[in-house]
Amino acid sequence: MNLVLLFPILIPFATAVACLLAWKQRHVQRVLSITGAVLLQASGFLLLVSVWQSGIRAVQMGNWPAPFGITLVSDLFSAIMIVMAGLTGVTVLVYSLADMDTGRESFGYHPLMHILLMGVCGAFITGDVFNLYVWFEVMLIASFVLLGLGGEKAQLEGTVKYVTLNLMSSALFLAAVGIMYGAVGTLNMADLARHMGTVKQPGLVTTLATLFLLAFGIKAAIFPLFFWLPASYPTPPAPIAAIFAGLLTKVGIYALIRVFTLLFVQDLEYTHALLLVLAGLTMISGILGALVQNELRRILSFVLVSHIGFMIMGLGIFTHLAITASVFYIVHDVIVKTGLFLVGGVVRAERGTYEMSSLGGLYSSNPWLSALFLLPALSVGGIPPLSGFWGKLVLVKAGMETGQYLIVATALIVALLSLLVMMKMWADAFWRDSPGSAAGGSVVSANPVSFESRLVLFCPIGVLGLLTLAAGIFAEPVLTVCSRAADQLLNTEEYIRAVLGGIP
Amino acid sequence: MISLILATAIRYLLPLLLLLSVYILLRGHNAPGGGFIGGLVASSAFALFALAHGVDLSKRVLRIAPRNLITAGLFTAGSSGCVPLFFNLPFMTGLWFETHINVIGKLGTPFFFDLGVFLVVLGVTLMIIFSLMEE
Amino acid sequence: MEVVMSFVIGGLYASGLYLMMRRNILKLVLGIALLSHAANLLIFTMGRLTRGHPPLIPPGEVRVLESIADPLPEALILTAIVIGFGVQAFAIVLIRRCFETLGTDDLDEMRSTDRAP
Repeated sequence: MNLVLLFPILIPFATAVACLLAWKQRHVQRVLSITGAVLLQASGFLLLVSVWQSGIRAVQMGNWPAPFGITLVSDLFSAIMIVMAGLTGVTVLVYSLADMDTGRESFGYHPLMHILLMGVCGAFITGDVFNLYVWFEVMLIASFVLLGLGGEKAQLEGTVKYVTLNLMSSALFLAAVGIMYGAVGTLNMADLARHMGTVKQPGLVTTLATLFLLAFGIKAAIFPLFFWLPASYPTPPAPIAAIFAGLLTKVGIYALIRVFTLLFVQDLEYTHALLLVLAGLTMISGILGALVQNELRRILSFVLVSHIGFMIMGLGIFTHLAITASVFYIVHDVIVKTGLFLVGGVVRAERGTYEMSSLGGLYSSNPWLSALFLLPALSVGGIPPLSGFWGKLVLVKAGMETGQYLIVATALIVALLSLLVMMKMWADAFWRDSPGSAAGGSVVSANPVSFESRLVLFCPIGVLGLLTLAAGIFAEPVLTVCSRAADQLLNTEEYIRAVLGGIP
Repeated sequence: MISLILATAIRYLLPLLLLLSVYILLRGHNAPGGGFIGGLVASSAFALFALAHGVDLSKRVLRIAPRNLITAGLFTAGSSGCVPLFFNLPFMTGLWFETHINVIGKLGTPFFFDLGVFLVVLGVTLMIIFSLMEE
Repeated sequence: MEVVMSFVIGGLYASGLYLMMRRNILKLVLGIALLSHAANLLIFTMGRLTRGHPPLIPPGEVRVLESIADPLPEALILTAIVIGFGVQAFAIVLIRRCFETLGTDDLDEMRSTDRAP
């Protein structure tokens, strides 16, 4: 039955409603919220298995036949993304059991998180461009409220920037959808893919491609549209920042990969070359920004921007191997970035600050935390056998095969610089002596974290760390799945057939 | 400042506007109208009431907290979409009762979806208006 | 008619962007609202402007006539308006909270998150 396609949307929706019903009982909300996230994760795996076994799945909402109604469709790439959404949801929600203030929790933190997850999963699973816009907005409204929740000064400033840029992007997206409807006469992605080649004015298609690139580029935070990200992501509490960093930017990248493999493949010399240039610039500008920052979460935000370039790079090279690498890199990046932002939250809980200048000595006081930081940090730097190494290796290989030496060189330099940034963080925050201890002050934190809550904080980070290790050691099976996903992305006939069936 | 004209008029306008909102909701399936517009009309009635008599009194007249309206609306809309699943039809397929009911017309899952939208719009709008007026 | 509409849309975009570049935060929200109106009007125009034609099948007929008005752009615009309504309502609450917390409506003074300390 096609119910398996609906679960990723229905489960977060039902959880959000249930959490709203239990508005006053915080503990009930927590139980419901964790259960919902675990169920979402399970449904993601179910979908993955189902798509792996029987190919691309599609279901027509409301029983309206394909090009007229809204289609939900899941290929392997969508299924992988939904698994990642479930993973981020579970880890972040477990983490927030110990590190979320009661004020935010009683003002709807849990329902909002699940509405956010619903929007994200909906965006991954829809087969209709306008419906994609609607899911984007669902996700955005939830993220606006989550970002502003609590109403601290920096938070509100960050929210204004985030809201403005994202609404600009939505307006562009909407305009692009309108022009596309006028030019092609349909909004179903599979139908669009069939008819895109027959549009009389090729210039209009390229214009459309650029508009979509702009709209999704703002959401994915690629160069030169990323400035809202380091201004807003470091402002909310760690769990919210972690789910934003791990998941939300990936939705933009998902949308870019979807439209630039399915719809806009007529003018590769222009669109995909442009993507490649933007990828390179994103990598460089992001990592240079990270080098000069002195606040833990701002460094992480810039590293996040920089590594978005790697995922776009695979799309820009546009060979089978490159798309495989992009998909693999997304999986890696979701795991690692969520983990790093959560580690940042623990550092804050232990020391009460994010400023690198006043951190230090965490290795001697919290050796386990240091180990948990080191795993994703080395993975970001691309140290074997962690998953970051394989992602970069395959990307570089794909670049070498097509002779794109410039972008390969850029990627390698940026990987080295990422390692440098990560090691600088390691040295400043963990390895060196605490600046207070030299002056005879104590390194005891302002509010000591109890053993139980430390256990709850460490568990999700540990799972994420082990996952990046596992994805590195068992890279072969993961890459096989990603390669099948790339197959389906590049051979659009299967997608079109699954959605439109026998319609001529 | 409380306007005497508005304060007097809203006593008669509130039920009328609510009736109008239900009318708009019901005619929405095949004619202009529907849950969103109906919800906006209903919330404008309460917004006018709040302007004339203050937030506290209008909250008491409304009886239900806006947040509960949102919850009920989401629940109604979501479950109306799930009903066809039990008949082995895709999500959100429109199912209708055959019998014609006076005044309301034909009942079906799309109507309940619209009702849910009505409640959500009413709840969200009032929540925003109340929170803006309270501070 | 299309020519008039394109000028209207262009004007809306231009004034929306102009308002967004002002320093006042209220004008920012108004600018965003104008931008989304412009996008809605663009969808409307791109769906072909027709006059006096029925949407799909007129009452009393059983099949689609020669010339019909496309109902889909209207459905898209309606959805976009609903979403725009929600987003703009949130934006108004946000700017009010901003003004209360930060004590200013000048966007140039909201720079603490952009500066490297």
